[in-house]
Amino acid sequence: MSTVVGEMDHQDHHHHAPSGITRWLFTTNHKDIGSMYLWFSFIMFLVGGSMAMVIRAELFQPGLQLVDPHFFNQMTTVHGLTMVFGAVMPAFTGLANWMIPMMIGAPDMALPRMNNWSFWILPFAFAILLASLFMEGGGPAFGWTFYAPLSTTYSSDSTALFVFSVHIMGISSIMGAINVIVTIMNMRAPGMNYMKMPLFVWTWLITAFLLIAVMPVLAGAVTMVLTDKYFGTSFFDAAGGGDPVMFQHIFWFFGHPEVYIMILPSFGIISAIIPAFSRKPLFGYSSMVYATGAIAILSFLVWAHHMFTTGMPVAAEMFFMYATMLISVPTGVKVFNWVATMWRGSITFETPMLFALAFVILFTIGGFSGLMLAITPVDFQYHDTYFVVAHFHYVLVSGAIFSIMAAAYYWLPKWTGHMYDEKLGRLHFWCSLISVNVLFFPMHFAGLAGMPRRIPDYSLQFADINQIVSIGGFAFGLSQLIFLWVVIKCVKGGEKAPAKPWEGAEGLEWTVPSPAPYHTFETPPEVK
Amino acid sequence: MQKPEPTVTKVPRADNARVVRKLLFIVVGMFGFGFALVPLYDVFCDITGFNGRTKNEQAMANTRSVDTSRTVNVQFLTRVNKGMPWGFEAEVKSVRVHPGETKVVNFLAHNLTGNNMVAQAIPSVAPGEAGLYLNKTECFCFNQQPLAAGAETVMPMQFYLDPDIPDHIHTLTLSYTMYDMTAHATPDVLASIEQPAD
Repeated sequence: MSTVVGEMDHQDHHHHAPSGITRWLFTTNHKDIGSMYLWFSFIMFLVGGSMAMVIRAELFQPGLQLVDPHFFNQMTTVHGLTMVFGAVMPAFTGLANWMIPMMIGAPDMALPRMNNWSFWILPFAFAILLASLFMEGGGPAFGWTFYAPLSTTYSSDSTALFVFSVHIMGISSIMGAINVIVTIMNMRAPGMNYMKMPLFVWTWLITAFLLIAVMPVLAGAVTMVLTDKYFGTSFFDAAGGGDPVMFQHIFWFFGHPEVYIMILPSFGIISAIIPAFSRKPLFGYSSMVYATGAIAILSFLVWAHHMFTTGMPVAAEMFFMYATMLISVPTGVKVFNWVATMWRGSITFETPMLFALAFVILFTIGGFSGLMLAITPVDFQYHDTYFVVAHFHYVLVSGAIFSIMAAAYYWLPKWTGHMYDEKLGRLHFWCSLISVNVLFFPMHFAGLAGMPRRIPDYSLQFADINQIVSIGGFAFGLSQLIFLWVVIKCVKGGEKAPAKPWEGAEGLEWTVPSPAPYHTFETPPEVK
Repeated sequence: MQKPEPTVTKVPRADNARVVRKLLFIVVGMFGFGFALVPLYDVFCDITGFNGRTKNEQAMANTRSVDTSRTVNVQFLTRVNKGMPWGFEAEVKSVRVHPGETKVVNFLAHNLTGNNMVAQAIPSVAPGEAGLYLNKTECFCFNQQPLAAGAETVMPMQFYLDPDIPDHIHTLTLSYTMYDMTAHATPDVLASIEQPAD
């Protein structure tokens, strides 16, 4: 295999890929790496999901019955970390690996060797993180936001493992992002100029820039936690001249762009699927591109809306409130464009479209509760309640995860060469749609009534609402096993998929046969 | 998008390494920026008084007139950091002052342990914007406080409010937290405990 980055070396016939485990260990093929990312993310989704099941089982009834509070805190923490860094982000990187080269007519990613590394360090990061749960004193229990002094003064001895695993996840994301940027900038087929790129490619390009801008800040934050805890520095310790509130500023300077990292690629996926099943071109392509850019820039100016209750001056609270509300303008442009795309289209409701439609509606609900949280005076009531939990699960589960599901159904025929089982797909969709709302919608009410987040026990008046939420949670968790079944069934066989299984779909990926050959576009296509 | 026609054009060999170098530059720069936020945050808070920072250095004695038309209630809170075995309190809970008027408030510290210790008090003001107008001409919080085993001491704090303090501030709270600095004490401070001055 060629070790020269980006070089197309036809002489050493790497078409004969090694078989067995070494094929996967040493592969530099974007499709292999994309598949590994997607499987890894699905495994992490189930791991993080099991932790959510522990949380919901404990909260099924008031009082402490299944786990002790310290373990409960570890579950909420590692559930968050696993879902953010293990499920959502690798799933998007996997989709980027599979689809971006095929969408821009490139033979592979620009830096295939680095691509292999950026995937293979991820399992080690999560092995370290998950192993820390079994150590004496337990794993991280300070919430995925690891606020100081919870993560410095009061954390368990395993905190160093948490820090190193986050370092590795960060390095993996940064390498993945660099690869995406170089691929998009240098490997586009002739004629594929920027304003002809599919929106998934555009949103990923902007996401990748967000990643290389903020993942290093996260690395800095965990490093400061490490030295504060083990090496006697005082970044966040007032006794040594530091300030714990500064931790929150640094964390959310990373954290807010991070939430857009987890949603911008979704916008790209939805912008591919809705036109395909409405049989109309996307409405307002260029406004979509500019809206994505605007969201990315604004995401750097709103971080302190996570910290309204830390005692900021009123002027700063007003600034962050209005800046946050401003983000709903470009986001509104996007939702408008999706609806306008469907307007008078000949719509059919295959599984990818069902998930895309659910995304538009449920993500918008999450956006509205976000607007409510942006209003400074009422945020003082909502802060750290289940209202916040409901908000970010609407945007991340019925937003980001639903878009990933939609993407999987949309491109499964291209990946496997078989059509998935449409009946099972729809069953998966309806089970997920109903259970996700039973799971997360009542949380709004629990939060407004004052139930705080991250607690293993609660007042009796929240008992009924939590029971409903837990039932929704178990149902949603089980529904995802249908998805696993659909994917395995589709990989193993099924109706032969044509090169372009969706009548209205557009893009270069549909010009290659299904399943996509191991090497595509070694001769670049001409885009007119 | 139109159906592409396969041609024999080679993929343009763009300079990937150059782009990677630029991107790595951003990565390293942002890692540095994360750490640069620490001093930037300090400077920002000192200038604006955000986050309850007060000017923790000796102010010039007030040369401006006293505004007797207004009275501001200044409250004092004291606490010791977790695990810090000292007694620490203000002699009075609050004082009423005219902006510009100089007041002295005594704080009492008591080392309850059998060891010589060094401590430092860190101030914080609420509301945050009031911090800029609280001037201390003399304060124990400027220095580390050595205290022999079992000893007690009276620590004075002299302050005045800037007459420019906004009209809507009627009450402000000055909070001190006493931290154990024995491990970080400077040698001359440690030496001073050996021969108690009083």
